[in-house]
Amino acid sequence: MIVAPVLRLCGITKRFGSLVANDAISLSLNRGEVVALLGENGAGKTTLMNILFGHYVADAGTVEVMGQPLPPGHPRAALAAGVGMVHQHFTLADNLTVLDNILLGTRPLWRPGLRKAVARARVQALSQDFGLSVHPDARVGTLSVGERQRVEILKALYRDARILILDEPTAVLTPQETEALFRTLRLAVGRGLSIIFISHKLHEVMGVADRAVVLRHGRVVGEVATADTDRHALAALMVGEEVVPPKVAPPTPGPVLLRLDDVTTAQAGTATGLRRVTLDLRAGTITGLAGVSGNGQAALSDLVSGVIRPQAGRLHIAGAPVTHWTPREAVGAGIARIPEDRHSTGTIADFTLTENAILEGYRSRFAKGGWMNWRAARAFAEGIIRTYDVRCPGPDTRIRLLSGGNMQKLILGRVLEPGPRIILANQPVRGLDIGAITYVHSRLLQARDAGAAVLLISEDLDEIMALSDSIHVISEGRLSPGFARGTMTQQQLGLWMAGHGFADAA
Amino acid sequence: MTALLDILLSATFWAAAVRIASPLIFATMGELICERAGVLNLGIEGIMVIGAFSGWITVWAGAGLWEGVAVAMLAGMLFGLLHAVLVVPFGLSQHVVGLGVTLLATSTSYFAYRLMLPQVTSPPKIEPFAVWEVPVLSDIPLIGPALFAQTPLTYAAFAVAALVALVLWRTPLGLAIRAAGENPSAVDAQGLSVTGLRIGAVVVGSGLMAVGGAFLTLSAFSSFFFEMVNGRGWICIALVVFGAWRPGKAVLGALLFAAFDALQVRLQQTPLGQVVPYQLFLMAPYVLSIAALVLMSRRASVPAALMQPFNRGER
Repeated sequence: MIVAPVLRLCGITKRFGSLVANDAISLSLNRGEVVALLGENGAGKTTLMNILFGHYVADAGTVEVMGQPLPPGHPRAALAAGVGMVHQHFTLADNLTVLDNILLGTRPLWRPGLRKAVARARVQALSQDFGLSVHPDARVGTLSVGERQRVEILKALYRDARILILDEPTAVLTPQETEALFRTLRLAVGRGLSIIFISHKLHEVMGVADRAVVLRHGRVVGEVATADTDRHALAALMVGEEVVPPKVAPPTPGPVLLRLDDVTTAQAGTATGLRRVTLDLRAGTITGLAGVSGNGQAALSDLVSGVIRPQAGRLHIAGAPVTHWTPREAVGAGIARIPEDRHSTGTIADFTLTENAILEGYRSRFAKGGWMNWRAARAFAEGIIRTYDVRCPGPDTRIRLLSGGNMQKLILGRVLEPGPRIILANQPVRGLDIGAITYVHSRLLQARDAGAAVLLISEDLDEIMALSDSIHVISEGRLSPGFARGTMTQQQLGLWMAGHGFADAA
Repeated sequence: MTALLDILLSATFWAAAVRIASPLIFATMGELICERAGVLNLGIEGIMVIGAFSGWITVWAGAGLWEGVAVAMLAGMLFGLLHAVLVVPFGLSQHVVGLGVTLLATSTSYFAYRLMLPQVTSPPKIEPFAVWEVPVLSDIPLIGPALFAQTPLTYAAFAVAALVALVLWRTPLGLAIRAAGENPSAVDAQGLSVTGLRIGAVVVGSGLMAVGGAFLTLSAFSSFFFEMVNGRGWICIALVVFGAWRPGKAVLGALLFAAFDALQVRLQQTPLGQVVPYQLFLMAPYVLSIAALVLMSRRASVPAALMQPFNRGER
């Protein structure tokens, strides 16, 4: 028996000016199948999904759902045909309840009444069936990121979606939440739904997808069953060349540049504080901090960047104890920071690249007698754009128009260009694609070899183990001893992350 | 002290408070609808003026009172449409456009007044809405005369407030309007038109503001004169915040403000009025409103996308 595909995209072409975002892309999706759509940032994945969903009109090509052609440019038609999209940036109203968010747009506008009781029962049934536990009457603003994603999926299921499109669904999730999401997806597939899974995390793709379609520069460059391939082959397809992880030379450790001596910090709300942490950051080494998110990483990062001060214990910079500790002192002491969230604390969205590039140096390097030296600032930004290959129209572009990878490259340039002594890299590659990740890593290694002390905070054990000369694990605010490169396995580190091995002081 | 008690226990005081509150309720509901959809409408002051003028001139020209109300509403909707088109699809500054609409609507009213009545020194009077006493209910002591011996437009004001609450919280349309003011992308992702919802909300809201203005000429006073709206529009903007963007609380706020206003007029007549300058009494409702606003609005949750233009392509 030949089963017709539930979704067929045929020869989709879309141009933006001279840029061909999608070039004759064809793709089909069968019932109960999970297809991964792979590609670097800018490969055309999002454009393709926007065309499928009716947000853009293609210049050529057709979309068929269940054998019926979809009229281009009508989001409602896609919704009505059973296509549900879970956007990377959630489209939820924080001040409304879960139920309100799900109900929005599901009944004709001019019909009186919302029939909330019926809807609530249905949402609860769907939550049960698909393992999406979330309280229908909770305000969305009070939910965690993982719960919000469940609401987005419930929204699609409530509308009887037969095809689910998930745009980078795991980018914002913890490993546990990712596992829960995959369980939900398997349940959905078991009920005959079909899924398009957009990602560039290859080990997830291998785990959850039946088939992978790889896009590069707007074209389909490969289509393989995941059973017949491996991560390295997929990575090579995505990037277009063999991906070579950066070579790590043996470190040449120098003096201790930053020392935390038995430091305890205050608990801030629900955030874990540090508990009697002693840590040395040496010149010419990368110190990795592994741990499940929320175990005191934020406190350590805030402490090093001067946002918070020790409650007990001492901080030493290059051997001298510090008394007055503020972000300005930290910058003055040569600490450069790659912040965890490049959107909220790393950049100012509506400032230009030039303005963002000098955010930490505007008082000293780019000002004279209280007046800004914009010429020098611009030259500095242009230098970063050249050296770090920031793809942008120019230094006067507002930074919000850049992709995540290019934004991170600008931050990297801002951090590394002055030649800092201490680098705090908090989740430096979160949400970046393979090419950008390799680039950021090689730059951090270069800085290490130039004599900087790097503190690398990450939830990705692979990343920590590949880069760090010494690894500490943080758990409930406690710090493990340092483990030299190659002395620990993932499993052993995992035990420390779960809290085993600490001589419990508290 | 006994003077104050006498005032508070008099039916005429409460009747006055409800009467003074009526135009505020209309206009506050109008502004509330706009802001719930995510649009600040500073055209409110001018839209109340055009409502007051156009309703009055229609009746003066020989039409019925209800026709006057309808014309006022249409005039308000027209200026609302102007505001909506400039700030929603074109995304212009809501502050600047709003103040512009206020200036335009006010001067249009005064200009039209001068054109139509070039010679008069004092504006002609019309026969306003008469008090309609609700049988039985108006006989209840104190509450009866206050609530149930009013003009039809006052009853309409309370009905409109109830209707606004019902539509916003109990219908799919209301949910869509509120979502447009909270996160327009959420509305867009469901295939609904943010632009259409916002324009509709501003047009309807502006119609209500104009009816609030028409209350002044068709129900409270019997003619139109310059400066008669006298900042009521700005008070309504504050009342929306005071009411935490909820119709019920906003009505309470309007009644509270109106009660202060009615009280200060009466306090001027008491022995206290002999010693205290009357300007202080005039200030009282505003001072008390600001104090109440400070206390009440601390926990208010402003619509998250208020004053944020929506543009699908933008990241």
